[in-house]
Amino acid sequence: MLHALTAFLASGDWYDLRDLGNTVGAVLDDLRSAGFPDWSVYVISSLIGAVGILLWGILSCLAFIWIERRVVALMQNRKGPNRVGPAGLLQPVADAIKLLLKEAITTTGADHILFWAAPIIIFVPTLAVFAVLPFGPKMTLSDLNVGVLFLIAIAGINTPSVFLAGWSSNNKYAMLGAMRTIAMLISYEIIQVLALLGPVIFVSSMRLGDIVGWQDHYNVWLIVLQPVGILGYIIAGAVETNRSPMDIAEAESEIVAGYHTEYGGIKFGFFYQAEYLAGFAIAGAIVSLYLGGWTLWGAENYIPPWIIFLGKLYSVFFIYIWTRGTLPRLRIDQLMAFAWKFLLPIMLVNVLVVGGEVLVWREWEPADEVALSIIAAINLIFGVALVMAWARFLGHGKGNQKGGRAILTQEVGRIYFDPETVAR
Amino acid sequence: MTLEVAGTDIAHVIEQRFPGAVEEAQPEFAMVAADKLVSVMTFLRDEPDHYYKFLSSLTAVDRMEWFEVVYHLESIKLNRIVAIKVRTYDRDQPVVPSMVSVWQGAHLQEREAYDLFGIAFDGHPDLRRIFLWEGFAGWPLRKDYLMLPGGQMPGLERFPGEPGVEFSGRGTE
Amino acid sequence: MTIKSEPFIVNVGPQHPSTHGVFRLRLTLDGEKIIDADMVMGYLHRSMEKLAEERTYTQNIPFTDRTDYLSAMTGNLAYVMAVEKLLGIEVPERALWLRTIMAELQRIASHAMAVGIFANDCGAWQTPVMHMFRDREKILDLFEMACGARLTLNYMRIGGVSKDIPPEWLPQARKLLAELPARFAEYEDLLLENEIIVARARGIGTLTPEQAQAYSVSGPMLRASGVAWDIRKADPYAAYDKVDFDIAVGRNGDVFDRFVVRLAEMRQSLRILEQAVDMIPGGPVHARWGTATVQPWGQAVAPLAFRPPVGEAYARIESPRGEIGYYIVSDGGPAPFRFHIRSPSFINLTPLKLMTVGVTVADAIVILGSVDIVVGEVDR
Repeated sequence: MLHALTAFLASGDWYDLRDLGNTVGAVLDDLRSAGFPDWSVYVISSLIGAVGILLWGILSCLAFIWIERRVVALMQNRKGPNRVGPAGLLQPVADAIKLLLKEAITTTGADHILFWAAPIIIFVPTLAVFAVLPFGPKMTLSDLNVGVLFLIAIAGINTPSVFLAGWSSNNKYAMLGAMRTIAMLISYEIIQVLALLGPVIFVSSMRLGDIVGWQDHYNVWLIVLQPVGILGYIIAGAVETNRSPMDIAEAESEIVAGYHTEYGGIKFGFFYQAEYLAGFAIAGAIVSLYLGGWTLWGAENYIPPWIIFLGKLYSVFFIYIWTRGTLPRLRIDQLMAFAWKFLLPIMLVNVLVVGGEVLVWREWEPADEVALSIIAAINLIFGVALVMAWARFLGHGKGNQKGGRAILTQEVGRIYFDPETVAR
Repeated sequence: MTLEVAGTDIAHVIEQRFPGAVEEAQPEFAMVAADKLVSVMTFLRDEPDHYYKFLSSLTAVDRMEWFEVVYHLESIKLNRIVAIKVRTYDRDQPVVPSMVSVWQGAHLQEREAYDLFGIAFDGHPDLRRIFLWEGFAGWPLRKDYLMLPGGQMPGLERFPGEPGVEFSGRGTE
Repeated sequence: MTIKSEPFIVNVGPQHPSTHGVFRLRLTLDGEKIIDADMVMGYLHRSMEKLAEERTYTQNIPFTDRTDYLSAMTGNLAYVMAVEKLLGIEVPERALWLRTIMAELQRIASHAMAVGIFANDCGAWQTPVMHMFRDREKILDLFEMACGARLTLNYMRIGGVSKDIPPEWLPQARKLLAELPARFAEYEDLLLENEIIVARARGIGTLTPEQAQAYSVSGPMLRASGVAWDIRKADPYAAYDKVDFDIAVGRNGDVFDRFVVRLAEMRQSLRILEQAVDMIPGGPVHARWGTATVQPWGQAVAPLAFRPPVGEAYARIESPRGEIGYYIVSDGGPAPFRFHIRSPSFINLTPLKLMTVGVTVADAIVILGSVDIVVGEVDR
């Protein structure tokens, strides 16, 4: 035993930070050679991964609570939290302690069991999503061969728990928020699946590791080949994580806080954390599927790949913070119309086009560079043209959808009302 | 400048159309009989020479012997303003015709006058208390609300510390 | 096939982020669609009209601050104008200009708040309102220089204003006026062409000019319905007849137009202010009348108490929220016999049911935001 430990410390593998998979692998190899049975090695490896992801998730949440508040404060021309700790860095910690110490109130008339279960149920699937995300070449907790399917399926489990929260808290705002969430998620799940189909068709595999590997092999990010796909996925992701401008499920100016109106203390903390984790999961999926995962044009040989992956993940998540600080919110019928009338047809056509392209590519087998550049050019031009044409077809920028300026006049008592003409 | 139509002038106009409708005419206002109020107001609203389409303000005054309801009418087209009043002598159950059928804008203002003075507006579609709750005792803006012992009423009759008659509030019954 | 659904009653308020105070809207919903709306108010009712009957005319001025607390200057101004009308006082020229300047600064501050909060109601999470606060703060600094208060100003007096502005005031005001056009251009760029705001605000809460007049709606709401009616132009008070400005009018009468009209009015206020800071004459700021005391430095102040002649007066001005009117009846005593406030926030709520029935909850919030109520003025 002691001998094994000394040999392990001397081996030099364990401090190989380029890929934490190596570290874990070294530990496991040593355990195995020390005579531990196979099943225990398997259990320990999953425990290491799960605890690691949990710790990383919680720390990232704390960091991003601070970053979001400071960044949005900058956008809103104020200071943000700056009292607790240096530059307010300890504010999230103080908030977390406050949430833990608060009384866990259950409202009268609430369904106690479901009311308590909802925050827990929402937390588990959001964490489970990270299992399939490739943080590095060997850093995937479980590289399922149906990773993309798992991503969609597990993320969908959020929906019933949101509905449980809204229904069980016996509050009308919460009920409205929950109903809105259901309606919204069902619509946008379709967009999400269609958006994911593009990369899957290109790569011919649902394994996320394969998708990243494909992008590494051809040295091209799928965002170049799938501009429409990433657009749809980012929008659907904003809906899934209740981010502005799609945050109608918890629209604070209309239904106070939506489905978690009645939650306080650590139960609210769970929802809050789950929302951030879901955001990270969506950002991680976008990075793996469209932005090359842990690759960065060869830089992954010098910088640890998981740092590249996290850097990309945080950058994508920053987009969601940015939109929250700038955009107003859509109405529910507008949001649904956007999904069904605008995104769905575009996504369907996109899948068709991608399928055709891949078929032609396989049939004629031109040089990869040539094929990829032609596909990229076609998809970019086609995507822009399709979005613009479809928007025009739906009547965007015409009639009542135009802004306008006020009329300036000196004539007291004159009436300028004209419901037909649009003010310019 | 807005033409502030004298009450005497508007009284003359109303008298020509509805003889006997004007009870009193002062430079500041014209007092119209309650039973002819709706037709007079409709006339003032629709007649192109007057065109008082805009009810600027509706309020009530407790004159102790009577209640009066004051309407300030504006004509946006002709840039005029005029004050019309109507009064009721009944203190227990004052009733005045409602103006909601003439101007929708009277809706909330009549509810306010009902709430604070207890003046019932006959024909109002939804006459409920508005600021105070249903069942509030009394009508707070009436001068006899919360009458002090000895029949004194609240209100300043003279300055505090001013020599003169013994302090008695504003009037006694 | 029709799905049977039960009506669902939701109370928006009295504690709700979007009711702008303690105001309650009882909505009966069918799904997300509103089938009935009822207003419940009075949570902030302080019975000012009764209290005012117990106080002298001068003592009543602070009450007028506390009705529309976001626009205290115009509340003050309307009240002192009504009393001056009752007494027949001529106000000195400088005081008239000061009133104009203060009322217009207040209008910019109040509209900034209204537009920002409206965007907030549309879901633009605090960003516009925080930017608008930046301008409002600077205007409040100017008020603080002039009268020592920032919110409840109590600046106007019967016969003039409470005190003259300090000598540093006009340079500071000029500095602010030079900054504002760029800011307004930024707000117009960001908000007027914003796709989502246009989508949210266009075509909802529409009032035709006939409806707007019949419902006694005033101020930006009336003008958004296309009626060019502004008391500053129609019945010029203070020094508005000497400055050049336009009435901003909308064309469709919907929520978006109200928003557009408010932004345009901020521009017009700026125009008035730019003229006024150059045109303001010297001289006394308070009329000498009645038993007015004269301060050792020669400035007259209003008597604390006086007895106006028997009579009544109704004065109305254009406040940021609409036509604010004071109806004062005097029986010759030291306190008003009847003191009535025609408050625009309250009366502008009259068509709320007309506007909200048939739209969704999200729209109702935006419509309520476009009415721009101040609950202190609704309940009084």
